[in-house]
Amino acid sequence: MTLPALGWQGLVVLVVFGVSLLIATYSTYAERVIAAFLQDRVGPDRAGPFGLLQPLADAVKLFTKEEFFPAGANRALFVFGPCLAMVTALMSSAVIPFGNVLQFGETAIYLQGIEINVGMLYVFGMVSLGVYGIMIGGWASNNKFSLLGAIRAASQNISYELAMGLALIAVLMISHSLSLREITFQQASDAPFVWRDIFNWNVMKQPLGFVIFIVCSFAETNRTPFDLPECETELIGGYHTEYSSMKMGLYLFAEYINVFVASAVMSVLYFGGFNFPFQSELRNWLVSSRGLELVTAQNIITIFGLVGLFAKIFSFIFFFMWVRWTLPRFRYDQLMRLGWTILIPLAIFNIMLTGGLITFGVIK
Amino acid sequence: MSLFLFLSFVALLSALGVVLAKNPVHSVLFLILTFFTLSGHYLLLNAQFLAAVNIIVYAGAIMVLFLFVIMFLNLNEDTEPHKPALAKFAAAIAGGSLLLILVAAMRNVNPAGYDPTSFDSQIGMVDKLGLVLFQQYALPFELASILLLTAMVGSVMLGKRETGERNF
Repeated sequence: MTLPALGWQGLVVLVVFGVSLLIATYSTYAERVIAAFLQDRVGPDRAGPFGLLQPLADAVKLFTKEEFFPAGANRALFVFGPCLAMVTALMSSAVIPFGNVLQFGETAIYLQGIEINVGMLYVFGMVSLGVYGIMIGGWASNNKFSLLGAIRAASQNISYELAMGLALIAVLMISHSLSLREITFQQASDAPFVWRDIFNWNVMKQPLGFVIFIVCSFAETNRTPFDLPECETELIGGYHTEYSSMKMGLYLFAEYINVFVASAVMSVLYFGGFNFPFQSELRNWLVSSRGLELVTAQNIITIFGLVGLFAKIFSFIFFFMWVRWTLPRFRYDQLMRLGWTILIPLAIFNIMLTGGLITFGVIK
Repeated sequence: MSLFLFLSFVALLSALGVVLAKNPVHSVLFLILTFFTLSGHYLLLNAQFLAAVNIIVYAGAIMVLFLFVIMFLNLNEDTEPHKPALAKFAAAIAGGSLLLILVAAMRNVNPAGYDPTSFDSQIGMVDKLGLVLFQQYALPFELASILLLTAMVGSVMLGKRETGERNF
């Protein structure tokens, strides 16, 4: 990789970082607006037009609040916990292919932080590390309720990681690759559209696996109906009971970044990533009727694909919020029973089913 | 090379931290850092799959359980058991002789280099690893999975409620 290309790639990494933060910021706004809509309220409308400056107001509030350290807390780990939650959340977006390649003359810019051939495992690893931030913060607070929240988070994440990994294995059986970029390309066909193409997206080949995956990602991101680690009716505030000011903000932020990354991973693995229907028709039309060069047409397709992927991501984020304001919280024993006795057997069944269908050539 | 030296430095430092830290939770965190540096070493050896799996299994799952148990026990400096001097002395002798044997055994080892003509840089990639595991080492691989299954069944048996035991 030449130095200018490395520079562009660095810029892409920075943009991915910034976009993750921006989306997390406005997810807090979206959460309020959607909650208001679902509960037939007005929602935020004071700060700026349509309340669009509400996240800024929140940030100012969080920054100016008192920085509080509980007595007997382990100060170093108390600060380290939220930082770790934030870092692991941000790291996982590095391998997600947000778009295909933009070609400007000699320079090719890949709209992806970094391409590694075990991208799926990398995301999975970062997700499994995400629980440390919660555990360390909860333990360092020196508070029973925080500790209970941390313990709940740990056991919940480990339980649901298993089913999530098993759901990913079924995707791997179809894709033969762990690279998220490769998996995206496999879900597209460059030939003119035929009706069979609607089965190209992995969700069509893996409907059961997708359902398992989305349930597990709710549990992994600690969102309702699985937000037991911060269940306020039982645990006051769970793992962040003792947190105030921006340290609290970092935890909330990390949750929204996790939601964003989970949405992006689902869009890439199951919903075709940056592919969209009729893309080869659009490219051919741009080349033949509008007289554009193939490279320019491909760049336009890439931009469209980027927009398409973000549309998919936003609809998943909306789904996360929709569920939050619709379903009540599970009980803890129900959560464990769902994870161990329903989702894991179902995921193993899904693997066997996928194997059978591949053997008989129904899907490939 | 500088990356290797840096990783080795951090690995040794955090491994020392595991042993020397007074607080068990700090020890666990140092151990996690050690696993990360080991994963870095795997990456330098171009074994991406091994690096990712090391993070997922050791740092992501096993250490979470370690931390889980240690948090429950609520160990800290006050509850640290104080061993008699004789035990400490014996431990130092035993550890020192192990170190002596290791150093003596490793002193004259000539590390086998690699043959640049037959070296395959893709050897650590996931598909190559899978082929080796399922062709060359199929039996040990399956035996290891049976071992894990046995451990799993055993823990389920231990955790099972006996008849007549109270449900909460």
